[in-house]
Amino acid sequence: MKKYSAFAVAREAIRHHTGWQRAWRDAQPKKRYDVIIIGAGGHGLATAYYLGKNFGITNVAILEKGWLGGGNTGRNTTIIRSNYLQDPSAAIYEKARSLYETMSQDLNYNVMFSPRGVIMLAQTHHEVRGYQRTAHANALQGVQTEFIGPDKVKQLVPIINVDGPRYPVLGGLWQQRGGTARHDAVAWGYARACSDMGMDVIQKCEVTGIRQENGKVTGVSTNRGDIDCDKLGMVVAGHSGHLADMAGFRLPIESVALQALVSEPIKPCMDVVVMANTVHGYMSQSDKGEMVIGGGTDGYNNYTQRGAFHHIEETVRALVETFPMVSRLKMLRQWGGIVDVTGDRSPILSKTPVDGAFVNCGWGTGGFKAIPGSGWAMAELMAKGRSPLTDGFGLNRFQEGRFIDESVAAGVAH
Amino acid sequence: MLILTCPNCGVTAEETEFHAGGEAHLKRFGPGASDADFESYLFMRENPKGVHFERWRHVYGCGKWFHAARDTVTLEVFGTYSAQTSTIPQDIIDNVRDRRPDWQGQDNSQ
Repeated sequence: MKKYSAFAVAREAIRHHTGWQRAWRDAQPKKRYDVIIIGAGGHGLATAYYLGKNFGITNVAILEKGWLGGGNTGRNTTIIRSNYLQDPSAAIYEKARSLYETMSQDLNYNVMFSPRGVIMLAQTHHEVRGYQRTAHANALQGVQTEFIGPDKVKQLVPIINVDGPRYPVLGGLWQQRGGTARHDAVAWGYARACSDMGMDVIQKCEVTGIRQENGKVTGVSTNRGDIDCDKLGMVVAGHSGHLADMAGFRLPIESVALQALVSEPIKPCMDVVVMANTVHGYMSQSDKGEMVIGGGTDGYNNYTQRGAFHHIEETVRALVETFPMVSRLKMLRQWGGIVDVTGDRSPILSKTPVDGAFVNCGWGTGGFKAIPGSGWAMAELMAKGRSPLTDGFGLNRFQEGRFIDESVAAGVAH
Repeated sequence: MLILTCPNCGVTAEETEFHAGGEAHLKRFGPGASDADFESYLFMRENPKGVHFERWRHVYGCGKWFHAARDTVTLEVFGTYSAQTSTIPQDIIDNVRDRRPDWQGQDNSQ
């Protein structure tokens, strides 16, 4: 793999860009791998990357039924933050956020991480108290956040209307080191690094069955033939339930559609990420100038990657009071992704009833920000059988009642 | 946009008049049940990619609960029926089989 650098750009400019290589090999499936990861989204690729980097396991295949990063990795609103209330969540999300800081250098791939800061608006007195509590919890967890008043919010976000009649801005939880990153580049960067370590990233390879013997996983059946493995990682977000069904167990997960939309590009007007949970909307401005807007999930089980139109109306209607300028924007695109939501709205990183098979799912509406931390923890879980970062996120918590109750602290109220 | 008919009051309306209530026909477990049964009742869900039986409430109408059979991939609604039942009515099953000949059936044992 040739290193990307300013020198490489200059060299290729001179020879008319004829020397660039493929970022990753178009691999054909082998008969057998030590580890198979199902799902080449951010979480799956990150898992494979840290298996190789941290544990030297490189005989790995990453199977993807569609194209690389074409699921929720390419459909989210790219927000990165770690201002969670509960300790297990703060630990894994802060690990992820800190890995994002050096990701471009680690992968030699520009993921355009922009630590521009994230504000979560408090628009009711209940939210004010909730976020003050979170700020205190974050101080104990070593996550740098601060509760700020409406004046500071207005100073950071000049286009905001802080004294709206229905939802005035009473303050906000400010995480200065939160921000955004280029979502596609995260998947591409990991895929390039995995391929460079000798791993096979196999696209258009759909898993149709999970083979087991005496309760232990032995491989998978795919539309491109059977592939054997010692360990299997299932990292497929919205389709986790479908895959668990193939393996013969059930998951405490329901799949629903979550939508996002972007406006026409406009001049720079907001250089932080703003989330407004009471009114179910969040917004940032991309480098192209588009306002990137996300809202709440649909209420019912859905695999369509579309979502209902009235949810867009609700999201935009909610934002118009807080950001009056939104009413003059034309929206360019709208899309949906299938998010996997668990009973306690926290993810599952766990062993499964099938020996050798591991599951990483349930990230729901907040998976992108967790990608490197999730991959780091999942790799440790798969290589060593346990990880301090995944201890709280096991499947057994639903039976034992040890929930990680983050519904109130998540990006949007669920 | 789903269009549902409330079997309680007979009104046909779009989904904004209703509220989804999750999977239908869950078998309840209470005190004395095993941990696995209680966990299954509270958290484990079929979450099928295809035919799904679910609870809805006519919140901006008569306010009553009912059940619907719907495809989670195409969003086709196969029919709605009263919530006062623990089994799926035969006419709904016939409707589903008519539209989805390879449907495996619903496992009501959990």
